[in-house]
Amino acid sequence: MRNADVLRFARDAAAGYPLRTSLSVLAMAIGVAAVVVLTSLGDGARRYVVEQFSALGSNLVIVLPGRSATGGFSPANALTTTPRDLTVDDAFALTRLPSARRVAPLAAGNSEINANGRLREVVVAGTASTYLDIRSFKMAQGHFLPEADWSRGAPVAVIGSKLQEEIFGNRPAVGELIRLGDRRLRIVGVLKSVGQGLGMNTDEVIFVPVGVAQSLFNTNTLFRVLIEARSRDEIEVVKREVAAMLKARHGGEEDITVITQDAVLATFDKLLRALTAAVAGIAAISLAVAGILVMNVMLVAVTQRTAEIGLLKALGARAATIRNAFMAEAAMLSLVGAITGYGLGLFGAFVLRQMYPVFPAYPPDWAVIAALATALGTGMLFGIMPARRAARLDPVQALMKH
Amino acid sequence: MSVIQLAGIERVFHLGDSVVHALTGLDVAIDAGEYVAIMGPSGSGKSTLLNLLGLLDRPDAGSYQLEGRDVTTLSPDEQAAVRSRRIGFVFQSFHLVPRLTAAENVGLPMMLAGIPAAERAQRVQQALKDFGLDQRADHRPDQLSGGQRQRVAIARATIMQPAVLLADEPTGNLDRATGDDVIHLLEELNQRGMTLIIVTHDPKIGTRAKRQLLMEDGELRHDSARAASPAAAT
Repeated sequence: MRNADVLRFARDAAAGYPLRTSLSVLAMAIGVAAVVVLTSLGDGARRYVVEQFSALGSNLVIVLPGRSATGGFSPANALTTTPRDLTVDDAFALTRLPSARRVAPLAAGNSEINANGRLREVVVAGTASTYLDIRSFKMAQGHFLPEADWSRGAPVAVIGSKLQEEIFGNRPAVGELIRLGDRRLRIVGVLKSVGQGLGMNTDEVIFVPVGVAQSLFNTNTLFRVLIEARSRDEIEVVKREVAAMLKARHGGEEDITVITQDAVLATFDKLLRALTAAVAGIAAISLAVAGILVMNVMLVAVTQRTAEIGLLKALGARAATIRNAFMAEAAMLSLVGAITGYGLGLFGAFVLRQMYPVFPAYPPDWAVIAALATALGTGMLFGIMPARRAARLDPVQALMKH
Repeated sequence: MSVIQLAGIERVFHLGDSVVHALTGLDVAIDAGEYVAIMGPSGSGKSTLLNLLGLLDRPDAGSYQLEGRDVTTLSPDEQAAVRSRRIGFVFQSFHLVPRLTAAENVGLPMMLAGIPAAERAQRVQQALKDFGLDQRADHRPDQLSGGQRQRVAIARATIMQPAVLLADEPTGNLDRATGDDVIHLLEELNQRGMTLIIVTHDPKIGTRAKRQLLMEDGELRHDSARAASPAAAT
């Protein structure tokens, strides 16, 4: 029997039992669609996080007080060493490193802003003029914090776009006097909206000189020091030099942690890829279930068409021909199911993207290929048994069934 | 020369503990172009004999030569090839594939034999014309009358120009008139040289054949070609 005839025969056989065929196609389609949608979700989460990190700025090295990143928490550490604070002087010393293009200190805390007759809780970020370029922010109005001695700080502030909107509405904010805690500050600039950035919505932050923030919170410690390396290749150099310099300044204690954007990114990337793979694995179970359903459908088909199989044998069909015809039918059910499911999955991902525009829910290529291959594979695998059963039927017995 | 030569054929079925001798010590020779009726009560072994002749079943002992070639020792695939090219079947219940049209049913043996579609179409068209079915080519079996269905089945059985046509109660599901038509059709084919073997328990059909084989308890009781008296080989 010619291959084209085998396919045609299998197609007609599948089309001859529409309910049974559409049910097994549906099962396969749901399995594939589940894989496509769930991996879209997982991979979308990964892309989302990666994009968020990229938004932080390029070639970024972050210094935080305390040694925790590599060693994890150890009770002995906690009892014996109190991490030395990270100070503005430390940050200023880092500006002398040749590999560092820009350095910005960052002190953070909560306070109340009182302006234009409105009162609001805000996140206060005490930093310096360099911060704008390190984070690649853009100004909507006015200018960012002026260049000045970090330890002193002028009574000025820069606010995020949402604060401007909530407190001043459509009125220009630049030049307005506000009260922040017990300080009176003049607004010199408004940032362009940048959206969510790692749990802190920059649009709702008020930026003040680091000296102002420290006196506001009555502290001399820093929350972070942000350093921009001169190039991507120099990130590691910066990391090493920063660690060495701060160790020297802190009396030989390694009490700071230096993290790079790449390292954080790689960790999240790895984590979320693993998550996506796990979700894909769970969804693949539904493919196995669909495969078993195809097997059942094919077994029913063999039973229903026993007389036909006997006839085909009487007409000179070889066992291999009958096996191929039934395998082709199982493969067709799986293939049509897989393609339908792929379409459904893409549609599901599209709906997700429409509902959450910030969330890049696209299925990863590997998941699509794996889902289609698994669907076809299980369909064929579970098709073998019914096909062999059909091929082995005794023609005399089969012909008597009618 | 005999187209069919059976010698010492035995067929034994095991049903639980009991052993049923469906065929015992069967020696028959059938010449090319003969018209043979196999008759006997149910359980006499006539269907088993027909299955053996059609290579759907294998004997437990004895030899079966089809056109001078021993076919009992062939592999299943070789037997399938012999069925495809040398044997045609006509069944009591027609055995048409319900989802295929009359033309597709007739073309089925050629499709299984791997004959190109263009040649198939041409031969199917000719066959449908010969059997008076050219107006019914695109009808499915459920749109055909009983007589038309059996004509489609006969067209299918003869499309590969087999040496032997085996018919198992071909009129069993038909009324008298259409049954007669079918018998006439088969006899016409026989007159054109095709060896025709009909299994029937209808004596009226049986006596129309030029030779009767009477089966009883798995033995050949009477062969009209050999003797007038019921003295068959035991």
